[in-house]
Amino acid sequence: MENSPRSAQQKFEPWTDPDAKPYVRIEKVTKKFGDFIAVDEVSLEIYKKEIFCLLGASGCGKTTLLRMLAGFERPTSGRIYIDGVDMTSIPPYERPVNMMFQSYAVFPHMTVEQNVAFGLKQEGLPKAEIAQRVNDMLKLVRLDQFGKRKPHQLSGGQRQRVALARSLVKKPKLLLLDEPLAALDKKLREHTQFELINIQETLGVTFIVVTHDQEEAMTLSSRIGLMNHGEIVQVGTPSEIYEYPNSRFVAEFIGSVNTFEGRLIEDEPSYVRIGCDDLEVPIFVDHGVSSAPGATVWAAIRPEKIMLSREKPESQDNWARAIVQDIAYMGDMSIYLLRLASGKVVRVTQPNVQRHTDDRLTWDEHVYLSWHPESPVVVTK
Amino acid sequence: MKGLLKRFGVGGRTFVTAIPYVWLLVFFLIPFIIVLKISFSTTQIAMPPYAPLLHWAGEKMLQVQLNLGNFAFLVEDNLYWMAYLNSIFVAGVSTLICLVIGYPIAYAIARSNPSTRNVLMLLIVLPFWTSFLLRVYAWIGILKNNGLLNNFLIWIGAIDQPIQMLQTDFAVYVGIVYSYLPFMILPLYANLEKLDLTLLEAAADLGSRPWQAFYKITLPLSVPGIIAGCLLVFIPAVGEFVIPSLLGDPGMLMIGKVLWTEFFNNRDWPVASAVAIALLLFLVIPIMYFQRAQDAETGAGAHR
Repeated sequence: MENSPRSAQQKFEPWTDPDAKPYVRIEKVTKKFGDFIAVDEVSLEIYKKEIFCLLGASGCGKTTLLRMLAGFERPTSGRIYIDGVDMTSIPPYERPVNMMFQSYAVFPHMTVEQNVAFGLKQEGLPKAEIAQRVNDMLKLVRLDQFGKRKPHQLSGGQRQRVALARSLVKKPKLLLLDEPLAALDKKLREHTQFELINIQETLGVTFIVVTHDQEEAMTLSSRIGLMNHGEIVQVGTPSEIYEYPNSRFVAEFIGSVNTFEGRLIEDEPSYVRIGCDDLEVPIFVDHGVSSAPGATVWAAIRPEKIMLSREKPESQDNWARAIVQDIAYMGDMSIYLLRLASGKVVRVTQPNVQRHTDDRLTWDEHVYLSWHPESPVVVTK
Repeated sequence: MKGLLKRFGVGGRTFVTAIPYVWLLVFFLIPFIIVLKISFSTTQIAMPPYAPLLHWAGEKMLQVQLNLGNFAFLVEDNLYWMAYLNSIFVAGVSTLICLVIGYPIAYAIARSNPSTRNVLMLLIVLPFWTSFLLRVYAWIGILKNNGLLNNFLIWIGAIDQPIQMLQTDFAVYVGIVYSYLPFMILPLYANLEKLDLTLLEAAADLGSRPWQAFYKITLPLSVPGIIAGCLLVFIPAVGEFVIPSLLGDPGMLMIGKVLWTEFFNNRDWPVASAVAIALLLFLVIPIMYFQRAQDAETGAGAHR
C-alpha cells in the first residue's frame, strides 16, 4: 500500500478506464413476449464492484433484463457474458449469480437459518462450514437473534434482510436486486440503503439493482442506466444523469425540471441564444449546441438553479416576469409555483437559510426569475 | 327480517354464523345422539326393534338402563376386528393410490395456462353429473368376465382366457380410486395453484435443479393439501358399502358391509349402532389428534 498512497483516494470509475474489462457484458439483447418487445437491443457493460441501477417506470423492461441476467428468461436475441463466459443459455441454477426478489421469496416453511443455509446445502458443503457461514451472514445483517424464527414471525424489514443474507451467503460475484427496498417504509428504506452500500463495500460484490425510485437510484448507484420502452436511454453517474441529461425524457424523469420549448436564434460554437414563446427575453447558454438550424430545442432548468428577486435583473437575457401562484413550505426549503404571462407555471425551490424573515415572497406577488448562463441544459429530443 | 331478528336480540353476524351450527346440530349431532342411544340398548322384537333406555320403575323412579354388551360384543368377536382392520387397510391403500395418481394431475392442472385450467377442472368434476351408483354399475360392465376389458385384452391377443376381475379386491380398489379421485385432486389443486412460483425461482437461483426445488419447496408446502385430500378420500372409503358389495368378493370383510348386515339382515339395531359409533371413534380421534399436531407445527395464523 505504501508505494501507492493515492490508491485509496482514487475515484472508483472503471468505466472511464479503457483497459478495464467489464464484468458483465450485455450485447444487443432483445426479449419479445409475442409481439410485445420488452427489451429492445440493449447493450451494457458493468464493471466489478459497481452498484449499477436500472431505473425506469414500471413496464420499461428493467425487470425483464434482470431476469435474463438471472437466467429466468432467455433473450430472443443477443448475448450475455458474465466474467467473460457466455451465460445466454445457462440455467439459473448453474449461474454464479444470485438474486434478491422483490417479494423476497423467503421460504415460508423454513426457519431463518434454514432459509440462509438453503443455497449452501445445495452445494453439498460440510455441516460445520454451513453453520459457520450462516452464522456470519446473520450477524452481518443483524439477524443472529432470529435464526430459529419462521418468516411469518418477522417484520417486513427483517424478511428483507433474510432474503439479502440468503442471496449473499453463497458469495456470488454478482448480486441482482429487484426493487430491494420497495416494500419498506420511508425511514427504514433510507436506513437500509446505506446498509446495502456498506455490505456491498465489505464483501466487494457487484450489484445490479432494479428500481423505479429515482432517489434510491441516486443514493445507491455508481452508475444509472435509465430505461424507457425497453431501451436504455442514458447511462451515467447520478450527477451526470441529473446535470447533463441527454433528452427531455431523462431531464423530466430524474428530479423535477422546467423545460422551455424554443428555437435557436443565435448558434455560435461557444454560445447559443434560444427564443421561447413563453419568455419575453431569450435564453442565453454559454456553450455550443449541436442541432440542425431552425429545429426545435428544449432548455431544461432545474428548480434550484433559478433565482427570485423583486427587482428587474439588469441582464438582457435569462430572466422572466411571474406571479407567485403557490408556495409549499417543506421545512428545509420552499417550493414556489410561479405563473408566467403566457400561463406556463415554473417551479422554483429556495433553501430556507434564515429561520424567519418578514421579507418572504407571498401569494400573488410579482417577481422576477433569473438564472446563470451555465444552468440551462439544452436537449434536442 | 332484520326487525324480527333484532326483536330476539340476534345480530346479523350471529345469525350468519349460527346457520352452520344449526345445520350440524340438526343433521349431525341429534342423529348421532340417537345412534349413540340405540347402541346402549338391547334388541327386541318390536317396533322399533330395540328397548327404550328410560323407563318408569314404580312411582317417581326413572330408571336408565345402559347395555354395554354391544360394545363388549364388538371386542369379543373377531369378525368386527377383522372387518375394521381390513376396511382401514383397503381405505389406506386406496388413499395412497389416489394420492399417487391425483398429485401429478392436480400439479399439471395448477401449472397449466389459466384459460385451460377451468376446462380441466370441469372435466375432473364432470363425473359427478352422473349418479354414483350408475358409475359403479358401469364398472361391472367393464370388469366382468365377458366385459369390455377382458374382451379387449382377448382381442389384442394379450390373454386367451378371461381374467376374473369382478368380485376381487382389485375391482374394489378400482372402484374406490375411481370414485374418490376427484376428492383428492380438488384440495390438492387448490393448494398447488396458490403456490408462489417465485419461491421456485428463488430455489433455482440458489442452485436447485427443478426436481430438487419440487422436493424441497413444492412438496412440503403442499402438505396441507395432501392431508385434506387424504382425509377426504380415507374417511368415506373406510365406511364404503356400495363399492365392495357391487364389485367385491361377497366374502370380503368391510365394516360398511358388516354394518349393513347387522342392520338389515340381522335386524340388530343396537349392535349396528355400536359398530357405527366405534367406527366414528376410530376415525375421529386420530384425525383430531393429527390436526392438532399440524396446527401446533405450522403455528397459528401461519398462512404465509
